[in-house]
Amino acid sequence: MQTLIAFWNVLKKDINNYYLKPPNISWGIIFPLSWTLMQLIRSQGDIGIAELLPGLMAMSVLFGTTSMLAVTITFERRSRSFDRLLVAPISVSALVIAKILGAILFGIVNAFVPVVFAAFFIDLREINWGLTLVAVILIAVTSALLGLLIAVSAKEVFEAQTFSNFFRFPMLFLCGLFIPIDKLPVILKPISFCLPLTYGTDILNGMITGSSIFTATFSIFIMLVFILLLFYLCLRNINKKWIH
Amino acid sequence: MGIVNVTNLKKMYDEFQAVNEISFSIEQGEIFGLLGPNGAGKTSTINMMIGLSRPSGGHILIDGIDAVKDIKKVQRIIGIIPDENNLYNEMNGFDNLCFCASLYGMRKAEREKRATELLEQFNLTFAAKRPFKAYSKGMKRKLTIAAGIIHNPKILFLDEPTTGIDVESARQIRKLILDLKKQGKTIFITTHYIEEAERICDRIAFIVNGRIVKTGTVTELMESIEREHKIKLQLDSSIKELKEELEHNFVNCRIDISDKNSCLIISKERIALSPVLQLLDSKGISVYEAKEIKPSLEDVFVKITGIEASKLEIEKAGK
Repeated sequence: MQTLIAFWNVLKKDINNYYLKPPNISWGIIFPLSWTLMQLIRSQGDIGIAELLPGLMAMSVLFGTTSMLAVTITFERRSRSFDRLLVAPISVSALVIAKILGAILFGIVNAFVPVVFAAFFIDLREINWGLTLVAVILIAVTSALLGLLIAVSAKEVFEAQTFSNFFRFPMLFLCGLFIPIDKLPVILKPISFCLPLTYGTDILNGMITGSSIFTATFSIFIMLVFILLLFYLCLRNINKKWIH
Repeated sequence: MGIVNVTNLKKMYDEFQAVNEISFSIEQGEIFGLLGPNGAGKTSTINMMIGLSRPSGGHILIDGIDAVKDIKKVQRIIGIIPDENNLYNEMNGFDNLCFCASLYGMRKAEREKRATELLEQFNLTFAAKRPFKAYSKGMKRKLTIAAGIIHNPKILFLDEPTTGIDVESARQIRKLILDLKKQGKTIFITTHYIEEAERICDRIAFIVNGRIVKTGTVTELMESIEREHKIKLQLDSSIKELKEELEHNFVNCRIDISDKNSCLIISKERIALSPVLQLLDSKGISVYEAKEIKPSLEDVFVKITGIEASKLEIEKAGK
């Protein structure tokens, strides 16, 4: 019960202090909308909104989670308020989950901004929303853990931002969002299969456009493996670098 | 056996040994001070005791719990006041305290009651709804201390509690620390303010280059150095010409003429004043004041550690 109280209050504090701030709310809405409009204008009507939707959702989650988490944690480390959490009688695992949960929820909300926008133009009733939500949650969790991994390695806020981009942009181009994986150069294909976003996007593609490389079950399994691996790496690095 | 027992504690950072097999114990209800210059190993020691750092060797036993193996259990009964005011800038004083209480699993009604009590105790009620970033340095320090005791811990760890704040706030904080002691708290404090350690600590350990060189009460530490008796005389004129004669007549005394109208009589034995006064009177010199100069803890620190007091003074200015 005591851990639950601490967990809930860390999450509530992060949501109030960071995610519910007006600049972040507006950024969370404007960013996915801008991407949607940009893609529509660029395609000049050749691509339908349904084809764009999986990519836009995946991008919104990825940017929504990683950018906020890496920066806020680095900021708390710099001001040493994170030390307050480390010396509190809650386990590092519970702390990690509480810290990433705010970013995950923020990413999930971001993902559905393009969906709301698309609902005005196309019929979305045929989509399996249950599996789509699972895919969005899995992308949000892996992205948040990646953000945390970046935060553990960065000492300054600007470093966290640079490291985030170092991960995010190659991932966007290699996960099959812009270029289908079968059209990627042979040398890049194995890298694509090592990225969690590839599997998340594949589920979204399957649910929204009906075309996917893997079965949803296989992609979910791989995403869960990524989550466990990233969670383990985050815990190991926090214990190694922050409780040195 | 004390409530805190540290045995052969050491900390290595690569090749550098920050803490070198130190041992000490703290009795329940006492204020124990770790006094030393910057880089002596004070923060490394406190960090190992509170779980922010892992020891490279040795044992820490806090209230019977092995702090190296089971730090989360220890963290339930200790309160930590770091050297920096690390509360959340955007949150107000009341919310900051409530949030810190929640980290110890306190329920809403309980934490709000305790936060209100502490704001009152620390004279911060007027600023309860003000964001932490709008607090003055002294107010920030007080709220940080309040956050450290919000869960009513048995043992308190204070890292440089009065560094960087004004004299009045420092005085109030020292009073608060003494009040906490009266409430039965055991307090571990690190400082490089010698007067602070002397004023509030029951026992003090001098730490230099990662080693504890001496531990004791202020009286024990004072007695541990060879004591010299010193009497300062205020005169109506200079006695420069009489120095040799005085030293000749009083063989066990040394005369130090520091300025024109005063002198210092130094002896390993107690100084009988009347023969000195008689001699000075016979030479037509009036004595206005005679004052015994007692050694300070600073003198003891310098004598034991070999570190010049000026080095600590520079640190104070730097901080």
